[in-house]
Amino acid sequence: MPDVPGPPEETVTFVLDGREVTARKGEMIISAAERAGTYIPRFCHHPRMKPVGMCRMCLVEVSGPRGATLQPSCYMSVADGMEVVTASDKVKKAQDGVLELLLVNHPLDCPVCDKGGECPLQDQTLAYGPGESRFVEEKRHFEKPIALSELVLLDRERCIQCARCTRFAAEVAGEALIDFAGRGERVEVATFPDRPFSSYFSGNTVQICPVGALTATPYRFTARPWDLDQVESTCTTCAVGCRVAVQSSANRITRLLGVDADPVNQSWLCDKGRYAYEAVNGDEVAATPDAPDAPDGRVTQPLVRRGGELVPAGWGEALRAAADGLRAARSAGGPGAVALLGGAQSTNEGAYVWAKLMKGVLGTDSVDAQLGDGLPADLVLGLPQATIDEACHARAVLLLTGDLREELPVLFLRLRRAAVDRTTTLLEVGPVPTALTPHAAVSLTVRPGDTAAAVRALLGGGSAEAHPHPAGPTVDDADLARARRLLADGLPDGAVDGTGVVVVLGRPSVAEHESVVADAARALAQALPGARFLLALRRGNVRGALELGLAPGVLPGRVGLEAGRAWFSAAWGAVPDAAGRDAAGILSALAGGEGVRALVALGADVAGDYPDRGLAARALEAADFVVDITGHRTSTTDHADVVLPVAVAHERAGTTTNVEGRVSRLSQKLVPPGEAWPDWMIAAELAAELGGDLGLTSDTEIWSEVERLAPAFAGCTARLLDAAATRDGVVVPVDLAAVPSHPVHPIDPMGTPGIESAERQGAPPRVGQSAPPPSEGPVALGDGTASGGDAVPGTGRPAAGAGIDPAATGVAAVHVGPADSYSLRLVARRRLYDAGAAVTHSPSLRPLVPAAEAHCNPHDLDALATASGEPVRLRSARGTVELAGRADDGVPRGVVVVDANVPAGAGTLHDLIDAAGAVTEVRMESVR
Amino acid sequence: MSHLRPDILERARELIALYPRPRSALIPLCHLAQEQDGWLRPEAMEEIAALLGITPAEVRGTASFYDMLHTEPVGTYLVSICTNIACLLGGGAELLEHAEAHLGIRVGGTTADGMITLEEAECLADCDRAPCVTVNHRYVGAQTPGSFDGLVADLRAGRRGDEIPPHGTLVRVRRSTGLQADPASVADERAAMAEAQAARAAAKEEGS
Ligand code: SF4
Ligand code: SF4
Ligand code: FES
Ligand code: FES
Repeated sequence: MPDVPGPPEETVTFVLDGREVTARKGEMIISAAERAGTYIPRFCHHPRMKPVGMCRMCLVEVSGPRGATLQPSCYMSVADGMEVVTASDKVKKAQDGVLELLLVNHPLDCPVCDKGGECPLQDQTLAYGPGESRFVEEKRHFEKPIALSELVLLDRERCIQCARCTRFAAEVAGEALIDFAGRGERVEVATFPDRPFSSYFSGNTVQICPVGALTATPYRFTARPWDLDQVESTCTTCAVGCRVAVQSSANRITRLLGVDADPVNQSWLCDKGRYAYEAVNGDEVAATPDAPDAPDGRVTQPLVRRGGELVPAGWGEALRAAADGLRAARSAGGPGAVALLGGAQSTNEGAYVWAKLMKGVLGTDSVDAQLGDGLPADLVLGLPQATIDEACHARAVLLLTGDLREELPVLFLRLRRAAVDRTTTLLEVGPVPTALTPHAAVSLTVRPGDTAAAVRALLGGGSAEAHPHPAGPTVDDADLARARRLLADGLPDGAVDGTGVVVVLGRPSVAEHESVVADAARALAQALPGARFLLALRRGNVRGALELGLAPGVLPGRVGLEAGRAWFSAAWGAVPDAAGRDAAGILSALAGGEGVRALVALGADVAGDYPDRGLAARALEAADFVVDITGHRTSTTDHADVVLPVAVAHERAGTTTNVEGRVSRLSQKLVPPGEAWPDWMIAAELAAELGGDLGLTSDTEIWSEVERLAPAFAGCTARLLDAAATRDGVVVPVDLAAVPSHPVHPIDPMGTPGIESAERQGAPPRVGQSAPPPSEGPVALGDGTASGGDAVPGTGRPAAGAGIDPAATGVAAVHVGPADSYSLRLVARRRLYDAGAAVTHSPSLRPLVPAAEAHCNPHDLDALATASGEPVRLRSARGTVELAGRADDGVPRGVVVVDANVPAGAGTLHDLIDAAGAVTEVRMESVR
Repeated sequence: MSHLRPDILERARELIALYPRPRSALIPLCHLAQEQDGWLRPEAMEEIAALLGITPAEVRGTASFYDMLHTEPVGTYLVSICTNIACLLGGGAELLEHAEAHLGIRVGGTTADGMITLEEAECLADCDRAPCVTVNHRYVGAQTPGSFDGLVADLRAGRRGDEIPPHGTLVRVRRSTGLQADPASVADERAAMAEAQAARAAAKEEGS
C-alpha cells in the first residue's frame, strides 16, 4: 500500500512547527502532521494511493544540511530529528505561488460548477491563496464537457492535473483506461479513441477529483452541495457492505459517496452501488417491459388480485387477504405448506422478524434467503470465518468463486490490491479466467463439475479431473504442484494444515450444482483445519438473512434447529417440528404439488432470478397462493395474489451483515414512497392478522431481542454499534478484544465533502489550523462478561454455531457423468450490471447491461464453421437460447461460458439450467 | 492479426527483452511503429499496449507527450527546421517562413500530395551547421532558402532515397541490440566502479 507507515512499533521523532511529534517510520510528513493535528493543504495527495508530488500545494520547509528548503510533504517521509515548518513566510509564499499558477488556467466558473461549495480548490484558495490574481489574459477554452464514459464527463479546463483520477484507474482499479495526454498547458485526461473509461469503479474518480473537472451524469447539475442533507450508512446493493454517505434533497437521493471504512471499502465504491439509488427514487419515465403499467418503477400501494387483475387495496384488506391465503394453505397442507423465498434485501431486523413469523408463528421451516445461487447455510454459518482484512493478509488465498469484479466489486479491489502489494498470494481454481487471474500466482482451470476433484488433487491425491474432455485435461500438473507448494509455503515441513490460508468460497457457475462447490469446501475444511473461509455470497444482506434464520434447518444467531429448539421454543412459543426445504426443494414441491402450496417472495424476484427458470415458472404457476413483498414490479409480481409495497435501501433504518459477518448500521434517509412499509412491520402486522403477537414495534426493539436471543449476535448491542470507534461495524460473534476501542482516524478530507462527514473525514482546512487530534477515550463496550456467541450457562442459550455442522451432507452430492465429445459444459457466470431491479430501474445503469454471448474455445466454434460474433444456438435438455458466439482462448475445449443474469437472445440463460443436475450440458449449433 | 510487420514485431520483442519491465520499451516501440507507418496509428498503439501489458490509453499518453512521436498522420518526409538560439541567429526563422511559403502549408501541416510535413523544432544538436534541418530525423546540413527548394525537389523526385528512408526512425533503436560489449569486460568495469565507490565512502567516513 502507498504511504504505508511501517509497523506501529517502529517510530521516529521529528519536530513539527517547534513541537516534538512521534510518527511511524516511513510515514509521509503530510500524514504524520495530520495525525498530529496540523493540516497541510494538498490536491494530489490521497492517503490510499502512492504519492506523486504533482501539485506542489503541500510544500513545507524541511531543514537539511543546506538549511531549510521547500519540500513536498506528501513525497518525503519523516526521519528522526527532522525539522518541519508548515507555516512560515516562505511556505506561505510557495502556497500563494502554487495557487496563483493553478488559477491561471482555471476557468473560475464556480457558480455553474457542480463542485462549487465543496471544492478543495475553492476552499484552499480562500484559506491559503493570494487573494488577487495578476492574470488578465484570456483563459483557455475547450469543448465541454467530453464524455470519458457513459457515466463520467470531463470539463478539461477545470482540471488541475493532480493525477488522482489516472492513478486511481491504474493503481486501484487496475484498468488504466484514462491517462494524461499532451504536454505542458495542453495536458488533459484522455481515454484512447473508442475505448471509453468503462470501469465498474469510474465513479470514484468523480468523488476524488479535487475540482469540478470530473462529473457524474446522474448527479451533474442536480443539486448544490449545501442543499444536501446527509447520513452515513451501508450500501446493500451487494454483500461487501461498503460504507457510504447518503445525500438527499426533498426526499430524493441525489448522491452516494464512499466513506473510508478501513476494514471494508477503504473509501471506494463500485458504480452499481453508487448509482443504483436511481431505482430507489423511481426515476423512470418510460415504462419497461418489466413494468408496463408502473412508469415510476416503484410499487407504492398494496395490490390484491381480483377477477384475475391486481387492483389497489388498503393495507388492512391486503394483509387480511395475505393472512387468509397463508392460513388456507396451512390448513390444507400443514405448516410446511407455506414457504418463503428471499430476505437478502431485508435488514437484519427485517430478516429476524420474518424468521420469527415463519418459524415461530406459522411453524414452517421452508424458508430460504438464497435463490439457488448460493451455498448451503450449514457451510456459510459453520465454516471458520475470515474477514476481508484477514484475506488480504493471508499467507495464501485460495479463490474458489465467481469473478469477484462482477460479483463483489470492492472485495475484488481489496484482493487485487493485496496481491499487487504482495501482502498475500492468490491461488485460483475455476472454470474460466477472472479479473483476478492476472494477479494469481497459479490459476487452475477446471471443468465445471470437477471442482471438488481438482481440490482433492490439490490437497494431495488423485486426478484433478474425474472425466477429462477428449481433447485432454485442463489442469496442468506443474501448476497443480506449484499451487500445492504455495499452500504449504512458510510452514514447517509436513505441517500442511492450512494455517494462514483463507478460502474465498462462492459459486463460479450457477449451472453447476451447489453440492459440487460444497463438496470441495468440505474437503478443504477437513484437510486444512487451519484454513478459514470468506463466503463470497453476492446478494445484499444475504449473510444477515442466513444468520437470522432465513434458511432451512437453522434458527437466528447461527444455531441449528435442534440445538436451538428449547431456547427458541421458550422465547417464541414454538419452532418448526422438522427441518424444511431449501429453494430448490420449495420450488420442486410447489411445481409438483407435493406439500408446498403458498409462497411468500420477500424482496426476491423468484421468476427472474432463480437459475432454473423453467422450474420457477412451473412452481409459481402451480402455487395456490403467492404474496410478493417488493419495491418494484418484477416478473414474480405477475404471479402474485397479494402485492405488498416495501421500503427499500435508504428508506429504513436498522443493521446489515456483510460477507465477513460484519454488522453495520443502516440509516434511513428517505420517507418510503406512498404506502410502503419496512419489511419487519409487514411481518409484525401479518402476524397480528394471523393471531400472533410478535411483540416488536420498532427496529430498536427488534435489535435488542436479536442481541438477547440470537447467540451469534450476543454482545452486539445498539450501544456498541453506535460507538464512534465501531462505525465501520462489528464482526459477529463479537470478540471484545478485537473491537477497536478508539475512533477511526479521519482520512482524505477531500473524499466525502459534505456536512456530517466532515466530522469523520477530517475538518475542512482552516488557516493555521493546528488543533490537537480529536480524541475520545476508549469506549466501554459491554458489561465485561463473556464475549458474544458463547453459551450462557444456566440460561439455556446455546452457543453460536451449535448444531451447525459444515461437514453434514445437507445437500447430497450430485453425480457428474463423463463428458461426451459433442456436448459442451455450461458455465453460467454472473455480471455486475444485470437484469435485476436495481439496474433495470436505474436509467443511468440500464444501458450498460451487456447482452449475453456464448464464449467458447476457438476450436469449438470452428467445428461449427461459425465465425466469432455470428449467432449460435445453445440447446439443453431444458430449452434453447440463441445468442452470439464468441471465440475466446481463455475458455478450455468442451466448455461454453455465458452470462446468466443478463438477457440472452429472446430469453435468458436460466432457460437452459436444470437445478437438479450436477452440471448443465448443452449442444451448440450454428444458426443458418 | 498483427498490424506491425513481422520484422518490426521481431525487433519489438528483442527490445522488450532488454528491460526488466516490459513497459520500459514503450518509447523504442513507438519509434519502431513509426518506422513502419510514419506515425502512430491507433492499431499500432493497441498492439504496442498488448505487447507491453499496458493499456492503449497509456501508450497514447506517452506518445502524445513527445514531439518525435506522432499521433496524427505525417507525410512521407518529415522536415524539421530548428529555430532554437543558434539556428535563430543563423536564419532559422526566415528559413521556416520561406518553407511555409514554398510548400504552401503552415507549421504542422502536410502538403496536399502527402509528401512533406513541416515541423518547427527545438535544438537538434547540430548547431554548428545552422540553420539546421532534418528530414525523417536525418541531418541534411545547413540550408538556405535556395538550397531548401532544391532539397524539396529532390525529395519529391525520390532522389535522396538512399540516405533518407521513407519513414524515419531513431537510428539508435535500430542499432543497439543488447550488450554489444564483452560481458566480462562490463563485469570488470562494474566491479572497479563499486570498489571506487566504496573507497570514496570510506574516505568520507574517515573525514567526518
Ligand atoms: S480530472 Fe480531476 S482528478 Fe483527474 S487529474 Fe484533473 S483535477 Fe485531478
Ligand atoms: S461493492 Fe457492493 S457494497 Fe460496495 S458499493 Fe458496490 S454494490 Fe455496494
Ligand atoms: S505535491 Fe503534495 S499534495 Fe500534491
Ligand atoms: S540550435 Fe538549431 S540545432 Fe542547435
